[in-house]
Formats: sequence, C-alpha cells, structure tokens
Amino acid sequence: MNPESIIEQAKRAFAITKKDIRIYYAKGPVVIFGLFMPLFLFLAFALGNRNLPMPFLLSGLLAMTVFFTATAVSPVIQPWEAQARTLERLIACPVTMKTLIAGDMFASFLFAVGIAIVPIMIGVLVGVVPLYPLLLAAGIILASFCFSALGLLLSTPATNVPSNIMMLSSLLKFPLIFISGVFIPVEQLPFAGQVLAICSPLTYFTDIARYCIMGTNSFPLSVNFAALAVFSIIFALLAIRLHARTVSRRI
Amino acid sequence: MSEADSYQEDAIHATDLRKTFSDIVAVDSISFTVRRGEIFGFLGPNGAGKTTTARMLTGVMQPDGGSAAIFGHDIVHAPVRAKQRCGVVPETANAYTDISAWQNLMLMGELYGVPKHYAEERAKTLLTALGLIERKDQKVQGFSKGMKQRLILAMALLHKPELLFLDEPTSGLDVQSTHLITGMLRELNRNGTTIFLTTHNMEEANRLCDRVAIIQKGRIVTIDSPERLKMAIERLHTIEVSFDPARSADDLITFPGIESARREGDKLVITTEDVDSAIHAITTFGREHNLKIEMLRTLSPTLDEAFLRLTGADSA
Repeated sequence: MNPESIIEQAKRAFAITKKDIRIYYAKGPVVIFGLFMPLFLFLAFALGNRNLPMPFLLSGLLAMTVFFTATAVSPVIQPWEAQARTLERLIACPVTMKTLIAGDMFASFLFAVGIAIVPIMIGVLVGVVPLYPLLLAAGIILASFCFSALGLLLSTPATNVPSNIMMLSSLLKFPLIFISGVFIPVEQLPFAGQVLAICSPLTYFTDIARYCIMGTNSFPLSVNFAALAVFSIIFALLAIRLHARTVSRRI
Repeated sequence: MSEADSYQEDAIHATDLRKTFSDIVAVDSISFTVRRGEIFGFLGPNGAGKTTTARMLTGVMQPDGGSAAIFGHDIVHAPVRAKQRCGVVPETANAYTDISAWQNLMLMGELYGVPKHYAEERAKTLLTALGLIERKDQKVQGFSKGMKQRLILAMALLHKPELLFLDEPTSGLDVQSTHLITGMLRELNRNGTTIFLTTHNMEEANRLCDRVAIIQKGRIVTIDSPERLKMAIERLHTIEVSFDPARSADDLITFPGIESARREGDKLVITTEDVDSAIHAITTFGREHNLKIEMLRTLSPTLDEAFLRLTGADSA
C-alpha cells in the first residue's frame, strides 16, 4: 500500500466525510437550521411580494437553501475540532491537508445536495416542476461544491472559537443573499448592485435555478457554469493553502 | 555503518530542530536520535519544549529550522510516509466524544488504510487488553479520563505502528489505568515497537526508558541511560552493609576504593568512588572472616535528583 497514492488519500478523505456527517451533520438542529433559515427568509419575502410568480420564489428558495446548507457547518468544523483537540489527532494521521479539506468539503457537498431536494419537492407539490431537471441537477452539484469550498475558506482564520467564525460567516453570507438576484432579479438592481452581483458565486447559481425552473436567465448558461467552476477552483485552492498555513496556530 | 545507513536505521533522527513562537524560542536547535526498539524518554519541566518537539516529530507542527526523519522519511517533505509508521498518544485525550469507542477505532483504521476485517479484529484485541470491550458501543463522552486515555492508546495502536509517541500518557490517571498503560508499553517494546515518551514523571521514565534526554529552555541538557544519569551526578556513592557478627568500620577503611566507613546502628555506611571495587572488597572481607552478610545495598541518587541537578532546579 502506498499511503501517498491518490486512491488511498481519497479513501481517507471519505473516512473524514463519514466522520463529519456522523458527528456534525446528522443532527436534527443542523438539518432544521439548514432548512428553516432559507424558508423563513423566503416566507418573509414571499408575504411581502404576493404578486411574484411561484417559480421565481421557488428558484430563489432553492438557491438560498443550497447556499445556506453548504456553508452552514463547513466553516466551523475546524474550529470545533481544534477546540476539542481532535484536529491534532487528524493532523497526526497520514493524510495531507488536501485530503482533510476534501473530506470536510465532500460532507458539506452531500449535505447541500441532499437538502436541495426539499425545496424541489415543495415546488413539485405546488405544481412547479423544473423545466430542465438534468441541467438543474448539474447546477446544484456544481453550486454545492462551490459553496462548500467557500465554507472551508471562511474557516481559515486561526481561531478555535466557532462563534468567531460564525460571525464572520454571517457577515458575508447575508449580504450575498441580497446582491445575488435571489429576491430581486440582477437586471433590476442598481448599477453598483449589478457590479457586486457579478462578484457573487450565488448570482450564477440563482440564474441557473431560475432558467431551469422558469426558463428565464440574466447570463448565458455557459457563463453561469464557467463562473461557478472558476469560483470553485479558486475557493478550494485558497482554502487548502490557507489552512495549511494557519493549522498549526490552532493547535 | 555509514551516516546515511544510520539515518535510515534510526527510528527518529532530529537535526538542529528549532521552533519559535513570536520572540520565544520553544525549541532551540536540538539534535538527537532514537534507535529502533528502544524506549526513549524526553524529560523536562513544564514549558521546556517537550510537547513542541513531539508535535514537530509527529508532523502536527512545522519546524522553523532543522529537520527530522522518521525511519528515514523526512517529516516535512514526506509527512504521509513518516506518519504512516507512527502512532500518537497526545497529552489531552482527543477521541471524538459524540461517537462510540468502536467508531473511533474504525475511523482510525480508515485513516491509516487498515483493511476493515483486520481493523475489526485488532480493535477487539486492543479493547479487550485495555479493559474497554464492554463499553465499545458507548459514546466516549461518558468515559472517565482513564478510559479515554486507554481508548486513545488503542486508537494509536490500531495500525500496529513501529514507533509510538506518547505525551504524558499517565498524567493524572488512576492506578488501574496507569498500570494497564505502562504494562502494555512494556509488552509493545518487547515486541519491537520503538517508544518516544514525553513525561515529567521521573519514576515512570526510570522504570520504562532505555535512554532519556533532559530538555530545558528548548535545549537538550543531556542524553543517557537513567542509571548513568543518576551515577553521573554524584562522585561518591554510598554502600550500606550489615555483617553477622558485627565488625568495626575501621576494618574496612583501608580497602582499595573505599573513601570512608562509619557505623550507623547495626550497619556500616561506606562511601566510594568505585562501587564495583568496593563491593568486591566487602564480599572478600566477609568470606575471609567467615562473616554472614545480612544486608548489602547501594544507595544512588534518584532520577529526580539527577533531573533537578542537571536542570539546575535544585539550586533555585
């Protein structure tokens, strides 16, 4: 057995994923929080804008759900582990930082993809069936990967206090919701808002969801997928590099 | 054996290892080797740099300077290969408390690439040996400190490491857990496992270690066997002997190697620079005069005393 081989490291990353799911994700409050936060935001917005079409609202709900669930737990796993001293155990194991990040990211990815089924089912129940389901599935997969990588990037500051990371994470996540076309289409945003929207990865997934559910979009689909892919790569690489740099300060 | 061969053969080969935290030099260019199959103690007062050294050797922390190799694998440049051959028992028990002992062990098996059936067999053996088999399916959060520490040892041993790092493994544990752990360490060492033991428990180091390094303020003060360290700090050694019938101290004072002799109660107290010659002289004297030796013992400094002397703490 070569412990450095990609296959061996992938197996070990999957062990970390299973551990994360068992310890951090498969808990009622986490699942409920992942669903309730976007749902309440959605209801508040829907009640205030009763004339908006249901497909518009549901595509926004789907985008928010994937975004919130993918970034719900991943930013705080490493501070939690550092606080509980289990991070030291993981680092002492024969796994690379890439493996460690990949394991955490995959758990977050699976959680986001799993929870994304809920708003889609709600849509189906109220008669909103996706026009392009396969494209939507591809969008959800790419977006879940991208947002999970963002979650890991948010956890790079060398702190062992999860609430510090939660605060930082909320400071970034909530503004992104409002500039990413979730509630207001990008075209209707002021110029400054449109510039900001381009910088947000959530904008591109919202646009994919809107196209797949109601057939309208602000950007070409290829641009949406390419932007999400580029953001994913940048976030993942940055997360690996920064975690490698800061991890010893957590111990 | 060439230097390159020695590098490959040594379990640990540290060269000029250095670590600083801001302006504080935690480990100051230390060099040492740990040979295969030995129990190597790393002793020092709190804050001396023991844990930092262990963390650099286990790949948890990157050194700022120098290098370290585990069985020839550089811990910075080939960390996965180096770590694959080690087991680590950190100072603070760090099993996952939200899952069971069994799940913790299976996680370790997966992280070290141990085949599932082998990991299960090994986990059963280790949990039985460490008295945890009855609690294997319970969450670790309900475990006592001793049970957690025993579980951590089991987790470190699941993949049968050739080198085991232990940081204060019995600190604050009950007698039963301490006995179980030290017993298992001896057995592991008998079966060929090299052990790197960080401790400030002198008695533990004295009983377990083949060699000890004493570190203070980030620098290694000395490396030697516990017995030699104890001997090295005192020029004169004391021997107590009791004869039947009793003899005068003056009978022994002229013997070679004996510096002084005096009577204390029913025994003679002798000081000597050369314990071996003095004991030979005493037994010869007894035989020649038909004396029964009722008691003969050497009094050497304890490792505690050696430690205090070498670290300068006894003069503080």
